[in-house]
Amino acid sequence: MLRDITLGQYYPADSVIHALDPRTKLFGTLLFIISVFSFDGLLGFGVITLFMFGIIYMSKVPLSFMVRGLKAIVILLLIAGALNLFLTPGQPLVSLWKIVITKEGVKNATLMTVRMIYLIMGTSVMTLTTTPNQLTDGLEKSLRPLSKIHVPVHEIAMMMSIALRFIPILIEETDKIMKAQMARGADFESGGLIKKAKNMVPLLVPLFVSAFRRANDLALAMEARCYVGGDGRTKMKPLVYQKRDLGGYAVVVIYFVIVILIKTLL
Amino acid sequence: MSFILDKVSHRYSQGTAYEITALDNVNLKINDGEFIGIIGHTGSGKSTLVQHLNGLLRATEGAIYYNGQDIYDKDYDLRDLRTQVGMVFQYPEHQLFEETVFADVCFGPKNQGLPEKDYTLRAFEALQSVGLPEKYYYASPFELSGGQKRRAAIAGVLAMKPAVLILDEPTAGLDPKGRDEILDLIAETHVHYGNTVILVSHSMEDVAKYVDRIIVMNQGSVMLDGVPRDVFHHYKELEEIGLAAPQVTYLMHEMREAGMDVSTEPTTVEEAKDAILRMLGRK
Amino acid sequence: MGIVEAKNLVHEYITRDEEGNVEGIQVALDHLDLSVEPGQFIAVLGHNGSGKSTFAKHINALLTPSEGTLIVDGMDVNDDELVYDIRQRAGMVFQNPDNQIIASVVQEDVGFGPENLGVPTEQIWERVERSLKSVGMWKYREHSPNKLSGGQKQRVAIAGVMAMEPKCIILDEPTAMLDPDGRKEVLQAVHKLNKEKGVTIILITHYMEEVVDADYVYVMDQGKVVMEGNPRGIFSQVDALQEHRLDVPQITALAHELKNSGLPIPDGILTRQELIDALTKIK
Repeated sequence: MLRDITLGQYYPADSVIHALDPRTKLFGTLLFIISVFSFDGLLGFGVITLFMFGIIYMSKVPLSFMVRGLKAIVILLLIAGALNLFLTPGQPLVSLWKIVITKEGVKNATLMTVRMIYLIMGTSVMTLTTTPNQLTDGLEKSLRPLSKIHVPVHEIAMMMSIALRFIPILIEETDKIMKAQMARGADFESGGLIKKAKNMVPLLVPLFVSAFRRANDLALAMEARCYVGGDGRTKMKPLVYQKRDLGGYAVVVIYFVIVILIKTLL
Repeated sequence: MSFILDKVSHRYSQGTAYEITALDNVNLKINDGEFIGIIGHTGSGKSTLVQHLNGLLRATEGAIYYNGQDIYDKDYDLRDLRTQVGMVFQYPEHQLFEETVFADVCFGPKNQGLPEKDYTLRAFEALQSVGLPEKYYYASPFELSGGQKRRAAIAGVLAMKPAVLILDEPTAGLDPKGRDEILDLIAETHVHYGNTVILVSHSMEDVAKYVDRIIVMNQGSVMLDGVPRDVFHHYKELEEIGLAAPQVTYLMHEMREAGMDVSTEPTTVEEAKDAILRMLGRK
Repeated sequence: MGIVEAKNLVHEYITRDEEGNVEGIQVALDHLDLSVEPGQFIAVLGHNGSGKSTFAKHINALLTPSEGTLIVDGMDVNDDELVYDIRQRAGMVFQNPDNQIIASVVQEDVGFGPENLGVPTEQIWERVERSLKSVGMWKYREHSPNKLSGGQKQRVAIAGVMAMEPKCIILDEPTAMLDPDGRKEVLQAVHKLNKEKGVTIILITHYMEEVVDADYVYVMDQGKVVMEGNPRGIFSQVDALQEHRLDVPQITALAHELKNSGLPIPDGILTRQELIDALTKIK
């Protein structure tokens, strides 16, 4: 299941979207998310759908990759959908024994599900077309003003990129430790909740020990390569806006204005 | 008879573009009490192969029989198989988790459902057989040195008294003395318990010194299978797949090419010494 | 003046209890003397726990001496202000290939050192290209480190150090976690850097095969240098090496055994050809 999560997985391709500055993509994603949560009505839905699939098409990332990212949240979607469907008060549509489905419930559930799906797909366009390092660089530079009020922006960005590098390693390690303990007769499946939690100890302790060992090693390795934090560093890939980024910003802003206009005027 | 593998294949991500064939139609018979070495390149399928033997991985095709029973049978208890087929993974010390070494060694036999009296006795015996000094029994496993941790972890598997003991690169990262000590210990338990031992290794020298039978894996298939001197006789084929015979085997062949009347069979220092002394008429 | 000069170097690890009182003192380096000339390929041998890693960390100013002096390229490691100059001048490669690669793309990782040094962007790219080419990893520049083999990861780590343009590289058991192919790759890369770029190499290892081509060998035990000399001189003392928990290559061991059996064979045989020549003379 862990392998199904597409967030943070880069899909290399040669597209306009890939070539955009990460800051452009961050800004675009932000506006897209806001638009997804503010639209209602079919026309708004149409515009958003058109925009999203247009971008996905331009990114040259196969649609199946985006869909795979949804697999991990299917259960979450079902629960959220069901809660909205059954618990929204309003005009009854169908009623079966104590369960009442209202017109508002159907609308909310549909909206909620569509929003969640678009949210995941929209953000995965960003993560699939931007390397983790570009992404953190983009965040670091976008949030730079915050460092004036002593927010450790560089450190946070560094932590994020290290986390992204080590997540696959730790997943593999989890798998290995799990197998080793299963070979010693450990049981990770049966039993109630408390027993299950207790049975995780032989997995979690070695995993933490290993994570700390790796962190320690990595800190030494970084020090050995003269790392002293963000000051005085130069960048191998400094972020410089290109002409296409101007276009990117323009497209995103126009899109956003249209969605808002539809919402307020109609 | 311990194991029969019948046309076993394992493909990862089957049916997708990322399909990888890790095992390809492997047929093997492993007898009780054998000491087997499995050698091969990284990615040759040797680790995948041994993980099938205790059911941690399931073959995508083919069947595996343990003591005549199909382990993929619906009624077959895989957890029971795992208690009979012990597995020491690479860097086994990474699985230590209890507060004391002793408690950690108890983990396996306890999972086998043994009463406390029995599993503590087994843990004690296992710790003794790996030669860990007694003062460490109640120390935290994380305070031990690398070599001692390795011993404690191996004891954790030995305490389950497995009929088949599988070790995946048990000496990785150890210094020469530590390496010899671990291998000696494995050989001793083999003699003492008469269990089947399967040693996965990169080191031809180690394998030649300890095992009775070598299985060479290449690209998911068994390439060679036989006693060490027969397998290393094919040293040229081994080289083609990036492996090599022990240095002494090369020496014997080169001596022969230089016109000396010497056997080319030796695979260990001891055997080579005897052969050379015999050639010179000193023995 | 050597590039690395250790005089009377002492390092003590002090363990304290919860109140901060000294609980125990462990002497990791015990009045160590050692000197390395620029351009040399030096090997430091020793079993696990002999103090060789502690020594390595001193050269890179990751640890500072408890007593004694260590001069690296004319700079005293005790001088806090010189720490970063020392680290740039003497780069370090560690044992675990996974735990020293910081970035998720090969070339970005190699650029990490120069970025820290404040090298202008254009020059970073030049350095990255040169370093990756020098270890034969240029064509993998866009890859994720997770998809590389152990030997390739270590070569990336070496490139990462080379990009800082050091005079000296210390490799702390760089091959301990690798398979035989990976070991060969890394050794070849390091020898090439030594010969073609004139980088001083200090290779810390417990694999004897790796020191055969070194210019000079130090053997450490209990924090001291216990043996030193050229590889042949070191390998001729088989018994002494075994006392320090080390061994010798198989051919050297065989020659030693034959000599002990009364054959007139010289000490310190390193290659098969040398042994064959010696045996031919007996006839």
